[in-house]
Amino acid sequence: MGNNRVIVGMGSCGIAAGAKAVYEQLEKADLGAELCITSCVGMCYAEPIVEVENASGRIMFGNVDSRFAEVLIQSVKSGSELPDENRIKEDETGKKYLDRQVKIALKNCGVINPESIDEYLAVGGYEGIKKCINSSTPEEVIEIVKTSGLRGRGGAGFTTGVKWSFLAGAKNNPKYLVCNADEGDPGAFMDRAVLEGDPHAVIEGMLTAAYATGASLGYVYCRAEYPLAIKRLIIAIKEASERNLLGDNIQGTDFSFNLKVKEGAGAFVCGEETALMASIEGRRGMPALRPPFPAEAGINKLPTNINNVETYANVPFIMREGPEAFNKYSFGKSVGTKVFALAGKVKRVGLVEVPMGLTLREVIEEIGGGSSSDRPLKAVQMGGPAGGCIPESLFDTPIDYDSINATGAIMGSGGMVVMDDQTCMVDVARYFLNFTQKESCGKCTFCRIGTKRMLEILTRITEGKGVENDISLLEELAGHVSKTSLCGLGQLAPNPVLTTLKYFREEYEAHIKDKKCPAGVCKPLIKFTVNPDNCIGCTACAKACPTKCISGERKEVHFIDQEKCVKCGICRDTCKFDAIDID
Amino acid sequence: MSCADCSNAAKEAREVVAAVGSEPEKVIPLLQEIQKRHGYLSQELIETVAEEINLPVSRLYGVATFYSQFRFHPIGKHLIKVCKGTACHVAGAEKVYSIISEDLGVVEGETTEDGLFTLESVACLGCCSLAPVVMIDDNIYGKLSPAKMGKILKEYADGK
Repeated sequence: MGNNRVIVGMGSCGIAAGAKAVYEQLEKADLGAELCITSCVGMCYAEPIVEVENASGRIMFGNVDSRFAEVLIQSVKSGSELPDENRIKEDETGKKYLDRQVKIALKNCGVINPESIDEYLAVGGYEGIKKCINSSTPEEVIEIVKTSGLRGRGGAGFTTGVKWSFLAGAKNNPKYLVCNADEGDPGAFMDRAVLEGDPHAVIEGMLTAAYATGASLGYVYCRAEYPLAIKRLIIAIKEASERNLLGDNIQGTDFSFNLKVKEGAGAFVCGEETALMASIEGRRGMPALRPPFPAEAGINKLPTNINNVETYANVPFIMREGPEAFNKYSFGKSVGTKVFALAGKVKRVGLVEVPMGLTLREVIEEIGGGSSSDRPLKAVQMGGPAGGCIPESLFDTPIDYDSINATGAIMGSGGMVVMDDQTCMVDVARYFLNFTQKESCGKCTFCRIGTKRMLEILTRITEGKGVENDISLLEELAGHVSKTSLCGLGQLAPNPVLTTLKYFREEYEAHIKDKKCPAGVCKPLIKFTVNPDNCIGCTACAKACPTKCISGERKEVHFIDQEKCVKCGICRDTCKFDAIDID
Repeated sequence: MSCADCSNAAKEAREVVAAVGSEPEKVIPLLQEIQKRHGYLSQELIETVAEEINLPVSRLYGVATFYSQFRFHPIGKHLIKVCKGTACHVAGAEKVYSIISEDLGVVEGETTEDGLFTLESVACLGCCSLAPVVMIDDNIYGKLSPAKMGKILKEYADGK
């Protein structure tokens, strides 16, 4: 049986996990089959991933190290049976991971070569926009998007069709279209994966929007930390231009749309529309008062529409398959699917796309496989610095905009970080406040100074210096910061604090009243000691300790000098006998 | 500053502007080009580029100081970026950071005396599945433990 193609998953995280070395190894071997690349298929837990395609289909192998790559090389070369091991799509865990997912935005990610327009065309690419140009008026396109029920996937959830109709109705010309790829939420990587894996889908989504709204100039504003995404976008724009799918007089019509990539320079606040436009204009990315809304006066005071990467990536499917194929997945007022970057303490971390209405528990436990540490799960953080922590007791909440908002968190752009009982919720709140405080542009007083004061309070609580009325002070400040800030950054900055106070108040109280950190995280409140019942005197901890504060003879119980201990926890990580306790 | 330096900077400023463009909306790409060439923004080049494109120097500094990508000091031979995203934070990014910081004797933003390493932290590298993650130059290292981190640093110090 001849093997036609060998495909290596070369997304950023695949490469980081060793895919490049595997690719080079395959390249050197005389495979007798075509060697190709694709991007992230979302099964990050099994990277590096290699697929072998032959007459009977594609077989995906995960966890490919140099040894296993050699096994693959031999069987591809000889044309013998492919190995049974590491078949990650067919085994039990792979099935659990994939069965509940519905791929629309991620349909081509990890399937096609993102650097080849022909592969995108072969799977029905650019059919949606060609259909629009040939047989629909711009008004009809907007109606189709409205009927589909698509809402902005960047976090706010505004109805996309309605947003497009604002730009279509604007009087001034030229009109701008922007793709917000400034994915700044720490813990989120959906947009990176889409841009690296299927850049043409984003371009086609933007083209559709341009046709519907009359926009003739477009920007993809991408963060500079995503060099591979930028590289692939630029290749895709070049290829699409060569095929007359971008540029002037597209497909021989009078419809023209020119697209450029703008590299961000590192500012979380630039995810906000008005700040993003300021940045495109080459200024400091400070938010501005609305109105005027971007659709009226955006970039260079001209009408502008901004959507997120995932929003655009959904559009080609809607145009090609019809709005009903999209809105058949619906739950309450939320329609379609949502992509999540599932990370943290779950067995199977990766990129998942699920229909609205699946519960958090189904995503975390069935798809994600539950706790990776075998310790009980405690919470899931959604929405990054603007979102909140949802406790395990609410894991049966369905995933839709309204239900998630009701918990106090937000759907956000799709970061989903799972936490176990060794995560301190006060420390998590402090972590996010530290982030927003640093990223505040400084325009609004309460966002600039209020977040600073909140961070100081949280820091002193984690240091064991919290005082009685700190919690009420935090709540008071939170209210002021959210009410008096101009943009989402400030308005939502208190969310991580408010949700942890709502669901994990007793942890705050333990820090303040008992001077204890129940999760064993906050250094000034914990003490590492050797449990004499478990210690066998193997000396491993003493060897690993960076400050050499552990003493003891071989085969005797060891001792930690508290004066010298810096509480790094390396001894606890090193010990194989569970003999290091945290008090 | 000698005159030879003046003319060198002016020549380079012209090159930078020719490559990127001179419109006010090009301020960020201009600064990025300078940093790409030198690893940081020198006062001299910011001033000469500002002159070249007829914008006040303050405008360029205003933009440069707003965005975290830009730095104003030269960097070492290897640039270490410790990811402090949420997934990395809960997976122990702080421990990894401490090991590097103690090993090299520098804190965030500093360069080692031998000029070999500069230590920085970033909000998220988007490789959450491999947390905790560190990027050295263009290479990403994932699933790090303090011990593994120490070994990697040693490899670089030994001239990888």
